[in-house]
Amino acid sequence: MNKPLRRVAIFCGLLVLALLVRVNWVQFVEGDQLKNDPHNRRVAIERYSTPRGNIIVDGKAITGSTTTDSGDFKYKRTYKNGKMWAPVTGYASQAFDANQLEKLNDGILSGTDDRLFFSRTVDMFTGGKQKGGNVVTTLDARAQKAAYDGLGKQKGAVAAINPETGAILALASTPSYDPSSFAGMSNKDAEAYSALQKKNDADEPMLNRALRQTYPPGSTFKVVTASAALENGLYHDVNSKTDSPLPYTLPDTSGLPLKNEGNIPCKDASLREALRWSCNTVFGKISADLGNKKMKAEAEKFGFNDPGINTPVRASESIYPTDNRPQNAMAGIGQASNRATPLQMAMVASAVANGGKLMKPYMVDQLVAPNLNVVQKHTPQEMSQPLSAENAQKVQSIMETVVKQGTGTSAQIPGVTVGGKTGTAQHGENNKDNPYAWFISYAKTDKGTPVAVAVVIEGSDTLRDDIAGGKLAAPIAKRVMQAVLEGEK
Amino acid sequence: MSSSTTNTTTIGTIGAPSRRNTELAMLIFAVLIPVFAYINVGLAKDGSVPAGVLGYSLGLGLLAGVAHLVVRKWAPYADPLMLPIATLLNGLGLIFIWRLDQEPSLGKAMAPNQLMWSTLGVAFFLAILIFLKDHRVLQRYTYISMVVALVLLVAPVFFPGVNGAKIWITIPGLGSLQPGEFAKIIIAIFFAGYLMVKRDALALASRRFMGLYLPRGRDLGPILVIWALSLMILVFETDLGTSLLFFGLFVVMLYVATERTSWIVFGLLLSAGGAVAVATFESHVQTRVHNWLNPLELLNGGVTETAQAMYSFGSGGILGSGLGQGYSRLILGIAPKSDYILATVGEEVGLAGLMAILLLYGLLIERGIRTALAARDPFGKLLSIGLSGAFALQVFVVAGGVTGLIPLTGMTMPFLAQGGSSVIANWALVAILLRISDTARRPAPAPAPSTDAEMTQVVRP
Repeated sequence: MNKPLRRVAIFCGLLVLALLVRVNWVQFVEGDQLKNDPHNRRVAIERYSTPRGNIIVDGKAITGSTTTDSGDFKYKRTYKNGKMWAPVTGYASQAFDANQLEKLNDGILSGTDDRLFFSRTVDMFTGGKQKGGNVVTTLDARAQKAAYDGLGKQKGAVAAINPETGAILALASTPSYDPSSFAGMSNKDAEAYSALQKKNDADEPMLNRALRQTYPPGSTFKVVTASAALENGLYHDVNSKTDSPLPYTLPDTSGLPLKNEGNIPCKDASLREALRWSCNTVFGKISADLGNKKMKAEAEKFGFNDPGINTPVRASESIYPTDNRPQNAMAGIGQASNRATPLQMAMVASAVANGGKLMKPYMVDQLVAPNLNVVQKHTPQEMSQPLSAENAQKVQSIMETVVKQGTGTSAQIPGVTVGGKTGTAQHGENNKDNPYAWFISYAKTDKGTPVAVAVVIEGSDTLRDDIAGGKLAAPIAKRVMQAVLEGEK
Repeated sequence: MSSSTTNTTTIGTIGAPSRRNTELAMLIFAVLIPVFAYINVGLAKDGSVPAGVLGYSLGLGLLAGVAHLVVRKWAPYADPLMLPIATLLNGLGLIFIWRLDQEPSLGKAMAPNQLMWSTLGVAFFLAILIFLKDHRVLQRYTYISMVVALVLLVAPVFFPGVNGAKIWITIPGLGSLQPGEFAKIIIAIFFAGYLMVKRDALALASRRFMGLYLPRGRDLGPILVIWALSLMILVFETDLGTSLLFFGLFVVMLYVATERTSWIVFGLLLSAGGAVAVATFESHVQTRVHNWLNPLELLNGGVTETAQAMYSFGSGGILGSGLGQGYSRLILGIAPKSDYILATVGEEVGLAGLMAILLLYGLLIERGIRTALAARDPFGKLLSIGLSGAFALQVFVVAGGVTGLIPLTGMTMPFLAQGGSSVIANWALVAILLRISDTARRPAPAPAPSTDAEMTQVVRP
């Protein structure tokens, strides 16, 4: 009987071998993947096992951590003035994961990032607890407060950029939410989270309107159209008459007119006058004359049609459409299929203000290790040059006229040169919904151009003309610019 | 007689060294390792040496010491490795159960009970060594054991199922019992006795067809009966593990008894046929197979137990998180302390520790098979291969199931997992193997001196 016995012995050996191979496969080959699987609760347990690092604005933390006794997770996120900062920080919740800066920099904040290897190793040997690093933002607390308070109870968003570097100074979105309200994992947190969801709150408080919502930019887009006209040599002088009829009929249509808001002097108006009065006829015709291709090319230089604008939080793609002639003419005045995020329009203003150079927008200046060593520092990068320096001067000059004597007078700041453009974008089929009030602007002092800002307010029910942008949005832009300028002093 | 001192194998017609001192040295390790592990868990969980460490060390040491002395007295030539391996596995099992007792979410403490069952198991082990002087006595009970095994296997049908498998019988006031664990030993006794008698008929009376020896219809009878019985267990008790164990055991023993490969072919064909047939209409089995094929699938948006076990293994990595520092408590539900205890092992002592434990099982199995090789009587050979084979299959089925190598079946990891029936049955199993190995390695009575033999011996320079 020994021959079959030996074979059975080999068989049993093979069974054990199979088990050994299998555990090697699971624990060694697939180990890392299983260990870091998002559904593996240990990932979250580790994330909340130590106080998270903080998100810093102006040298002060706008986040914090507190201990909880709710099950597996030791620490819970807290937010200072959470509603105001939510569009910047995003949230980190024990039960609902994290998003935006909290998610993107999770490795640094939770201390697991490979770049913190050294400090982790030191902690291991000294017996210290693993600590998280900090994320230092470019935001300006005063500007943010001005933006958030300015929006108040209205639905809208503000994005402010430093044109010279691309640093984001303010990013407000209303209505907002307090990420502290669901940072834990109790039933109360779950209720708070659920109440904020779109299906339970039509106002979508968790939508980051400054980065993630696109709107028709309305008349503010005329700045891009004017830039396209100058860059393509359609007009050279912003003060000489254009060849613009009134009324103007949309191309390729059987007499469909493009109307202006009210009875304004737009016939053959110069670029300066046309922008001052916000002439649809003039800019619609410019767009039609340049054609879809050239208009699109110029818009793209400003950042349209780029799905990868990361601040590092990704901004939604702004769209300048490929379209037929009448639609392209409409897109040239910021209507039809033209869509832009508030950040995008702030980028337009900042490129003009920065002598035609568009800097890449960013809001994380430094990543800092727990021992305060800088792990990563952002260096300002040029994204593109939509305008020559000379043409940028021209566009600046006409934008300044808008604030001095046009639709944007409410953005004037004594002793400071302000350039701007209002906009009231039609919205809904046959214009039935309330329009969006827009304002984009920049402020210049003799020391430089520290701020460009875009404001959008949804659903304003005031008059359907460009005054809406001037009336509602411009004062907010003004407060934000003032806040930045005060900080400069 | 010089050969008796240089012979180091367990197979030897002439006397092998008893190796009792080797066993003692190994036992010291087998006691010390769990004691250190116990201290380690305490330090990791509370930062202090657990209060029970002295009692536990003394208890485990005493059990091992008494077992050793009894082996020394009543089975002096027994295999020296089996007792230490069983002690080590049981000791580690106790540590892991105690460690999981520290997790409030996993229910009431089980370690004290397990310690009691382990003591009972060792007592049973000692009783077998003391009272079973010769394993061939068991041969007398061939048909009685058949009846007992059938009763044990069928009994759970009349009791309510637990977590989808009817493998328990509940005795009011005493708790529940898993008769399958005992059935595997008793059925091995029955098969060994039965096959020893019938092996010639099964092996020789067959026709050759396409290179295989086809058994005669009347000899095919028993295998079909066993096959049907194992399917019935599967269907009525929804116990994949026991039916697989039961049938696998029979095929292995049949093969060893008859030395005919054809039996294996039949066995595999029948088990494959049975498995497919049952899987087509038994939803319980289908679920297990589905979970096996999709281990990380989400169920109602939540993570399944199978996935939790996989995450445990993956998170353990190569060196593990350290005793007491893992999160295998996340495997809620059925059995983190029994079926899934390997996941805790994998997470906390890592790939290295898990492989060490699997190798301990492998070593125990191979020592059992070695006993079978060394045994001089066919009954002893069959019984020991049956017991080792059953043990091997059980280890494979459980460990393979928990690690996702094969579909999960409800069985316990011998010695390691929580469960009274299991630990007692496995101690009994080791006792019988030790008894057989003692008989096998016992020096044969010195042959009468023969002058002729002396003269034919070759003398090498």
